[in-house]
Amino acid sequence: MEKRFVYADNAATTRVSDRALAAAMPYFQECYGNASSIYSLGMNAARAVMKARQQVADAIGAKVGEIYFTSGGSEADNWAIKCAAEAGAKKGKKHIITTVFEHHAVLHTCEYLAKNGFEVTYIPVDEFGMVNPTDIENAIREDTCLVSCMFANNEIGTIQPIAEIGAICKSKKVLFHTDAVQAIGNVEIDVAKMNIDLLSLSGHKIHAPKGIGAMYMRNGINLVNLIHGGAQERTKRAGTENVPGIVALGEAITAACENIPEKQAKVSKMRDRLISELLKIEKTRLNGDAHKRLMGNVNISFRGIEGESLLLSLDLEGISASSGSACTSGSLDPSHVLLAIGLPHETAHGSLRLTINEDTTDEDIDYILEKVPVVVERLRAMSPLWERIKSDDV
Amino acid sequence: MIYSEKVMDHFANPRNVGEIPDADGVGEVGNAKCGDIMKMYLKIDGGIITDVKFKTFGCGAAVATSSMATELIKGKPIEEALKLTNKAVIEALDGLPAAKLHCSVLAEQAMKSAIADYYRRQGVDPTPIVGEFSEHCEACGLD
Repeated sequence: MEKRFVYADNAATTRVSDRALAAAMPYFQECYGNASSIYSLGMNAARAVMKARQQVADAIGAKVGEIYFTSGGSEADNWAIKCAAEAGAKKGKKHIITTVFEHHAVLHTCEYLAKNGFEVTYIPVDEFGMVNPTDIENAIREDTCLVSCMFANNEIGTIQPIAEIGAICKSKKVLFHTDAVQAIGNVEIDVAKMNIDLLSLSGHKIHAPKGIGAMYMRNGINLVNLIHGGAQERTKRAGTENVPGIVALGEAITAACENIPEKQAKVSKMRDRLISELLKIEKTRLNGDAHKRLMGNVNISFRGIEGESLLLSLDLEGISASSGSACTSGSLDPSHVLLAIGLPHETAHGSLRLTINEDTTDEDIDYILEKVPVVVERLRAMSPLWERIKSDDV
Repeated sequence: MIYSEKVMDHFANPRNVGEIPDADGVGEVGNAKCGDIMKMYLKIDGGIITDVKFKTFGCGAAVATSSMATELIKGKPIEEALKLTNKAVIEALDGLPAAKLHCSVLAEQAMKSAIADYYRRQGVDPTPIVGEFSEHCEACGLD
């Protein structure tokens, strides 16, 4: 097969869609006013922001007044958690519940709070990467101020029982936050029905540009500001609005949520083909539940090889992917998510995450399936660890 | 993170990959847990390293440093090879990203381990010649 470029890292970021880009373009050079200004150039920008806010609200079953634009998912996570903790502390509630396999924007925020007088309980996940809602229920105490559980995991794609956790939190009267950065546009989300109080989302995972996201905060919950300053975002989040980003996010989230079942049918078929074919390579395992996973997520460990070498080799073939190996995590330990589901370090180092989407074609899948086995074989042939794994077998 | 062109060249086309079945010295350092294992095979004739091969489980920097280290010691007398430092390997590769500097130590260790094995096979205590060196990944501090 002729060399191609196959982007299979959509969980890292996505290409800005034509639709989002076209929507945003007028707000750079034509309608560039400050949305706080009184003249028409400003008011037109304010109207565009209002429309986008409605689009975001509609996509998740929220009311327009419950959406606050942020710089992205990490800011929304920080805001929700730090400020819910602050509100809890005022009532003497200084206990937070989260899970072991959250995104670092959640985990490191909780670690920061733990250094500042809060107690954090980390709920484990099972070998398939699923949170058991009963574990959360049992962990809730009188002084629990917040439960934060991601909607879908960014590495292994497992979709969590959010509605069940929401119902538990509602009955126990504990605030419930979910990081839905990976789930938006993949799973139907209804914050009202699912009893979600706070939700984080990001634009660049759904074909909007980087640097824009939003937080949903249920009416009646009045968290203090994370960012202080001007009166933007109904005084809750200061800073001149990123109007082109906001407009792009509105358009992108509408597009992402309008055809989820069709996308699901097409993308999950390609995902399942990738999984079943790649698992034919010996000493290989799928990470994360096979069914309760995001439509585009494939996460496979190849024993005896190291993830970064795998990624560099695939890049030489034109394939962009990611891994949970230590060398790609920026630390000396492999991915905390893969360790959380019980993988030995060695197996976690050899993981490959391919995240495809609706723009991926069957030819792209053919190409990946042609190249991955060759690369794996080449790296195994030069791996002393593979030699050992093979000989232990005999 | 950016790798130099030389690193990518040695990663994509590693020199001296493989095994030497009748090697005179074999050394293996690192471990699977920290994600780096390097195995080096030496053929030594009259104090000269006449052939060298390696196998590496590890990241791009680990593969490239193994490859470069074998190139730098092939055909050299043992004493000269022993003077090879990880710093020299890094320089020959036009540098490594800061987070990857520890990977280069493993190549130096693998070579020393293989030379030590050669002396042991000769019935010679390698310590006075090769010196003290670790066979573990120093960055991880794992056994």
